[in-house]
Amino acid sequence: GNRAAQPGTTQRAEGDDSLYPIAVLIDELRNEDVQLRLNSIKKLSTIALALGVERTRTELLPFLTDTIYDEDEVLLALAEQLGSFTVLVGGPEFVHCLLPPLESLATVEETVVRDKAVESLQKISQEHSPVDLEVHFVPLVKRLASGDWFTSRTSACGLFSVCYPRVSSTVKAEIRQHFRTLCSDDTPMVRRAASSKLGEFAKVLELDYVKSDIIPLFTALASDEQDSVRLLAVEAGVSIATLLPQEDLEDLVMPTLRQAAEDKSWRVRYMVADKFSELQKAVGPEITKNDLVPAFQNLLKDCEAEVRTAAANKVKVFCESLPEDSRETIIMTHILPCVKELVSDTNQHVKSALASVIMGLSTILGKDNTVEHLLPLFLVQLKDEYPEVRLNIISNLDCVNEVIGIRQLSQSLLPAIVELAEDAKWRVRLAIIEYMPLLAGQLGVEFFDEKLNSLCMAWLIDHVYAIREAATCNLMKLVEKFGAEWAQNTIVPKVLGMANDSNYLHRMTTLFCINALSEVCGQEITTKHMLPVVLKMSTDQVANVRFNVARCLQKIGPVLDSSALQADVKPVLEKLATDQDMDVKYFALEAISGMYPFISLTFQHISSQKHFNSPLYCFFFSFSPCCLGYRRLHCVIVKFFKHYLWMSCIYFIYSCIYLFIWSTCTFLKGSSDAHFPQVDMIL
Amino acid sequence: EAGVGGFYQNKKTFFSFFFILVCDPADVISTVEFNQTGEFLATGDKGGRVVIFQREPQGEYNVYSTFQSHEPEFDYLKSLEIEERINKIRWLPLHNPAHFLLATNDKTIKLWKVSERDKRAEGYNLRDEEGRLKDLSTVTTLQVPVLRPMDLLVEASPRRVFANAHAYHINSISVNSDCETYLSADDLRINLWNLNITDRSFNIVDLKPENMEDLSEVITVAEFHPHHCHLLAFSSSTGTTRLCDMRASALCDQHAKLFEEAADPSHRSFFSEIVSSVSDVKFSHSGRYLLTRDYLTVKVWDLNMENKPVETYQVHDYLRTKLCSLYESDCIFDKFECAWNGTDSVIMTGAYNNYFRMFDRASLRDVTLEASREVCKRRAVLQPRRVCVGKKQKETDVSVDSLDFRKKILHTAWHPKENIIAIAASNNLYIFQDRLTPNGHHNTPEIQSAPPKWQTQPNPPTY
Repeated sequence: GNRAAQPGTTQRAEGDDSLYPIAVLIDELRNEDVQLRLNSIKKLSTIALALGVERTRTELLPFLTDTIYDEDEVLLALAEQLGSFTVLVGGPEFVHCLLPPLESLATVEETVVRDKAVESLQKISQEHSPVDLEVHFVPLVKRLASGDWFTSRTSACGLFSVCYPRVSSTVKAEIRQHFRTLCSDDTPMVRRAASSKLGEFAKVLELDYVKSDIIPLFTALASDEQDSVRLLAVEAGVSIATLLPQEDLEDLVMPTLRQAAEDKSWRVRYMVADKFSELQKAVGPEITKNDLVPAFQNLLKDCEAEVRTAAANKVKVFCESLPEDSRETIIMTHILPCVKELVSDTNQHVKSALASVIMGLSTILGKDNTVEHLLPLFLVQLKDEYPEVRLNIISNLDCVNEVIGIRQLSQSLLPAIVELAEDAKWRVRLAIIEYMPLLAGQLGVEFFDEKLNSLCMAWLIDHVYAIREAATCNLMKLVEKFGAEWAQNTIVPKVLGMANDSNYLHRMTTLFCINALSEVCGQEITTKHMLPVVLKMSTDQVANVRFNVARCLQKIGPVLDSSALQADVKPVLEKLATDQDMDVKYFALEAISGMYPFISLTFQHISSQKHFNSPLYCFFFSFSPCCLGYRRLHCVIVKFFKHYLWMSCIYFIYSCIYLFIWSTCTFLKGSSDAHFPQVDMIL
Repeated sequence: EAGVGGFYQNKKTFFSFFFILVCDPADVISTVEFNQTGEFLATGDKGGRVVIFQREPQGEYNVYSTFQSHEPEFDYLKSLEIEERINKIRWLPLHNPAHFLLATNDKTIKLWKVSERDKRAEGYNLRDEEGRLKDLSTVTTLQVPVLRPMDLLVEASPRRVFANAHAYHINSISVNSDCETYLSADDLRINLWNLNITDRSFNIVDLKPENMEDLSEVITVAEFHPHHCHLLAFSSSTGTTRLCDMRASALCDQHAKLFEEAADPSHRSFFSEIVSSVSDVKFSHSGRYLLTRDYLTVKVWDLNMENKPVETYQVHDYLRTKLCSLYESDCIFDKFECAWNGTDSVIMTGAYNNYFRMFDRASLRDVTLEASREVCKRRAVLQPRRVCVGKKQKETDVSVDSLDFRKKILHTAWHPKENIIAIAASNNLYIFQDRLTPNGHHNTPEIQSAPPKWQTQPNPPTY
């Protein structure tokens, strides 16, 4: 009605076909189908563009402000859209119009939606002028901060830091006051939010206020009654430590952090262990030496396995970042004794965490210490009862190789590898196969031939397909490392030997190996050694082998020269194309069509085959589109006779005849040529 | 259906409860729970339905929302039928104007949001309000929908489904005071969940032995401490209650405290262990005490004293001689719940014959009341009942032999602040209110020397 009178929109709207899609989009904002609403919300910018800036501000945004009943995914999309809506409401001058809908989104119960709304609010806060910020944005933050529901108060916590730097000092004081209030909120949810934003807020505060305001808040949150609040304070502590000058750290932050490292709750200690390297960076070398080293020792000896695991993960990073002058002494006298104990820990996760980093210590300690102190530990871990521990050691062998050479380990390495290679769990076997190329590179070709080659071959006949598959892939990587000549002498004969195995699965493995190896082995080996075996297998009695021959031929086709293709491959594929088994035929024809550029004559040859030219075939072929279009034809007929009811009997007879022809056709087609559609495709 | 009642005991008033509602859902009620403010009361039933009652300003509870929380399911892997029966309901602390509750059946926990909507979008571009397509030539301008007020609509929507974490039947759920996590317990394990994460939970207690033949006890109930986020209590079928400190270790198999009373050798019998099985555990509102219910007694434990309860109340000691027949009828396995009042001064628990019992901790007096259609007539008096073992002393006395064991009150709940109680007896829900505490300030049960006057007016507003 009266909206037509509004300027700017009338002209565009009248007689405009482009109105329709927008109208649909707007209507779908309230469709019952969530997906349609979601689509519509995602195109909100299109709607806003069509409405113009003024109607967007006066009509669309008020509607969106009250849409908070919707599904989370719709609200999430809305919160995201509004973050980049500034231009659509008329630029920075009007950006404050976006605050009401985002404010209501910042109070919903779903965390992801709230977080996204806060993110968008942070984004548009930068587009506010300093005046607008104080007139519109800060009051919003204050409203949220003193809201009735914890949801709005948690959202407020994330907004202080974006407006603080750009407001006057009186407003700054108010903001600090609000933040203080939230840090001592009644609900743990708000205290958690404040605790997690404390570091972020500290960064924008003046140093004096960090000392006078933030430190007491940090101390209070770090001794909160709720574990979940205390553990978040640890991270804040790390951020605060980076802001303070070195001389203040000892008095202001360290007592609290020391207390956190010895907290009664393992979750808080876990957090300290998890953030240890950041903490180390933040406090600098002196405090690290005096405080963090003993704290780290305690964490490594913690009674809770989760804490020890987190600490064990940090051993290498911690040692690396120790001050250089005293690094070796500290490691040798303080850290290594704890590490030694962890090697025989009762918990497998602790041991496997340690195993994944312990090898890194060798580069820090140098050759002599590694041989004397670390090597025995590696050897113990290589014999560990849990495969994961052994695997972690083996996967990091390269670090040791650089320092002392892998030979020192090889005597113990071998039994460990063999044991893993024969582990009852196939996932363990799979994991060790993946490290094989790495090991082969480190150990060298002689050692490999002597000790490991037989393992790699044994995996080819594993009873789990995933292992056989990984084993073929492994062979390819080995050949990439050791070269084609090595392949020809060691693995190709063995692989080809399996072609005569009585188990068809092993015969197929030969084909899979050839698939993988042909390219890396090159044309000569492929043509000379592999191709004859593949061709021979085309007469295998198991159809699965035969169609894999077809697939294999297609795969190795590009490696072969054209004479081999013409003389050897083509006849075999043609023969397979007439196989009894429909799958063999299918893959043979696929191989032929796939290799079209290589064998140009095949198509001609096939189409000259006898039954393709028979009149019967031609009849069926010409009829087949009708068969496919039967339903459509049916409809046409119904339409045609719609007005002639008296002719319905004729229609009936007609359809009977049609059905008869169609079914005969299908029947004959099925019996004469099972792969009719494929031939069709090639033609 | 409001009525007034009162009862006397030893010529002194203990409580005078008047009856304010009886509701008759379609199915047997399986759990009753007030929310944190007491404004709402939720019941779950055997048919998987949740009914929520809201307290009106006049003090009456009316149905606010009804929804189907769980449906019967079938576990094809184990060939097990999964009943839709709601085992437990727990309210979450208030988030925003909407209300949230967790409801669980044997296997799956669901988080429900119950919210109000009073606005409706109006104005389509391409169709009118009845949904008929408009003539496109009349559409010359774009119209943005506007929101108009409408009748209040309460809707319940499932927010999260926490499934596939329990191999056995879930018997309890409890929300942690950190408002971020909750626990769910089945017969052998307790899992810890984050309310926002549905695809993983942490196993914190595992009683499953290597060999199931070594199984000696099952978990019956588990509950978090009301204030300390790291404390949880769980009880077992052997009559013990364990307190775990989650700060000490990620796995709470090692308890911090074990509350167990040494068995009296003179009472030792075949049924000793069965009747000592704890059927419910409730922390007091103060967090200082634990209330446990076993078959014959309720016990109050001080968290600081593990070797014996500070108070023991006999619920129906006269059944001690009838355990054999109760065993035969399986009644001995009934799981009675118990409840504290808002100030932790009175304890309530259910019994047979639609009776429920109350114990005043200060005066050590107790009373038996009956919740049944017959006594809850308009303006009827809630008379105290007495079960006598031998000869009847009074006309109103009921002999032990005439107790109806099919009528039992298993589920009870006490308003967190006021003396309002909800009693589930089979498929009836009864709500009673103490006449003496109409305005929320007067919470402690008063002992009056004079019998109360009949209350003739409807109960006064309570807010």
